[in-house]
Amino acid sequence: MDFGGINPVILIATLMASAVPILMAALGETVVERAGVLNLGVEGMMVIGALGGFIVAVETGSPVLGFVGGAVAGAVLSLIFALLTQVFLANQVATGLALTLFGLGVSSLGGQGYNGIKPPPTTQLLPDALADLPVVGPIVFGHDWVVYFSIAMTAVLWWVLKATRVGLIIRAVGESHEAAHALGYKVNRIRLMCIAFGGAMAGMGGAYVSLARVPQWVDGITAGAGWIALAIVVFASWKPWRVLIGAYLFGGITVLQLNLQVAGSGIPVEYLSMAPYLITILVLVIMSAGRKANGAPAALGQNFHASR
Amino acid sequence: MLMLEKRPTPSRFWLYATPPVAVILTMIAGGILFAAMGKNPFEVIRTIFWDPVFGEFAFYLRGQLLVKAGPLILIAIGLALGFRAGIWNIGAEGQYIMGAIFGASVGLAVFPTESRWIFPVMVVAGAFGGWLWAMIPAILKTRFNTNEILVSLMLVYVAETILAKASTGFLKNPEGMGFPGSRNFSSYPAAQNGFLYEPLGLHWGGVAALVTGVLAYVLLTRHQAGFQIRLAGQAPRAARFHGVSPARLVVLCMGISGALAGLAGMFEVTGPAGQISIDFNTGYGFTAIIVAFLGRLNPLGIVLAGFLMALTYVGGEMASTNLGLPDAAIQVFQGMLLFFLLAVDVLTNYRFRLAVGAR
Repeated sequence: MDFGGINPVILIATLMASAVPILMAALGETVVERAGVLNLGVEGMMVIGALGGFIVAVETGSPVLGFVGGAVAGAVLSLIFALLTQVFLANQVATGLALTLFGLGVSSLGGQGYNGIKPPPTTQLLPDALADLPVVGPIVFGHDWVVYFSIAMTAVLWWVLKATRVGLIIRAVGESHEAAHALGYKVNRIRLMCIAFGGAMAGMGGAYVSLARVPQWVDGITAGAGWIALAIVVFASWKPWRVLIGAYLFGGITVLQLNLQVAGSGIPVEYLSMAPYLITILVLVIMSAGRKANGAPAALGQNFHASR
Repeated sequence: MLMLEKRPTPSRFWLYATPPVAVILTMIAGGILFAAMGKNPFEVIRTIFWDPVFGEFAFYLRGQLLVKAGPLILIAIGLALGFRAGIWNIGAEGQYIMGAIFGASVGLAVFPTESRWIFPVMVVAGAFGGWLWAMIPAILKTRFNTNEILVSLMLVYVAETILAKASTGFLKNPEGMGFPGSRNFSSYPAAQNGFLYEPLGLHWGGVAALVTGVLAYVLLTRHQAGFQIRLAGQAPRAARFHGVSPARLVVLCMGISGALAGLAGMFEVTGPAGQISIDFNTGYGFTAIIVAFLGRLNPLGIVLAGFLMALTYVGGEMASTNLGLPDAAIQVFQGMLLFFLLAVDVLTNYRFRLAVGAR
């Protein structure tokens, strides 16, 4: 069953995998923004995670440890952001940009000597008997563990933010830090933990790029995925399941344009490769048009200093 | 325990002391980084910060300073106007590319006509290209309230693909034997942005940068529009009561920064870079963000900051050829500078106080 050289089953299966990096990063950023912090350094944390994960996986030979390494690398970098914005009360937009510039620099410095190496493969989780089933095989059973993990994280974060005490505290801090402070919550400490979590998620998403998607180390390997993750958070109105939908839509567009390039659709390659960015802009416009408050946390981007 | 206490008014001392302190801290942290990479930190720091101005090859390198500082200053001044008003244009890299493409296209379209009107028209086209590219996020912001940070950034990637298309397609040198890249402007005098005074590295881009610095300073301190920009940034509510239209401010600030970035790109591509090629842009649009903050969002400060940042580029190249320091190390160094700057900046608005006993 092919449409213009593109098999829809394989398309869906690939888009689920290709969406993992932005899904992970966007989920992390959702928590960070729900706590009222705008961390524009997602791209930097992803690229550092991509390198950290790659190095750990190559040195230990274990892709699982690689993902842990990516998460740690992302979280460590995000702590610089946390230190600057939560302790030194620096402007969040500027600090986030600095984090991206710094992360790109550090990763290209640290990645020297890792070019052209193949990382240990991240393989399909379930046995071939299941993955070889028609249609449902590739789509439902044929993935590596990170794909399932990212979907599970969507569910977990939805539940935590919606139905648990921790989620309530995070949302309180993000909606009104004054009120949360008055209730006795340590606003900046809670935000710091959320930032570190966001960093770990972005780092792991980055590691998926260098360990599973590409898989090798190239400078600036994330190619703007972090910025797209930021856009998806807005698209999703700060809700985890909508983040999943946004990431899959976006993954679908990316895979489709790559397939169209390969299939030789007659559309120039340059126009196809700018399509994901243009569509992101279009989606942002649609989401923001006509509504004043589109569900953004009320204290988003504002620093908190306890005067009393 | 140390506690932060808000100052009643921002400290004037720290306002001016922050950049030098941040530079010194960056030198220390950078030195540690270079030492960890097995280089002699003192030699590296000397190569970056001293040699380009006073060293053996300073007669040549001093000229390079203005060549690098020019585009950084032009872009950073535009960005600073927006940052002051709380408008975050971070897609200057894209506007820079589009300015270069527009400017170069005009020149290449009339090749090989010789007329002294060609270059001025190219300058206008370059500014227009950058302005046009910045108007996309500006209009989307004012019409649909779309986040200008994300849109302007996405447009960088779009501009990069257009640049790739330009250098392999519609602007490709027909006599280039199939290699990507446009005709070289150094062999087309009427459209070339040559040096006006070579020992100082002065070309029209440098002139534009210095003039813009002064003009922007006057605009901010002596003109109604400058007052509105500062007011909108510091007290948005007061600005609204004062009758400042946020939409007009967005269009104004984005337009100016886009046009300036476009100019920078146009001057670069017809001068130092020489031709449209896939990677003629070297990230000035992003480094300019650091320059804007290092200059405290003040046009005159930005002129100084531009030269300092140019020093890290020129000195960094020296360190890379002479001492084998990777280029990426300089990028890290520049990133650290912004971190230290933002961290030290806390002292402008807050002071540390020893909190004794109960809290």
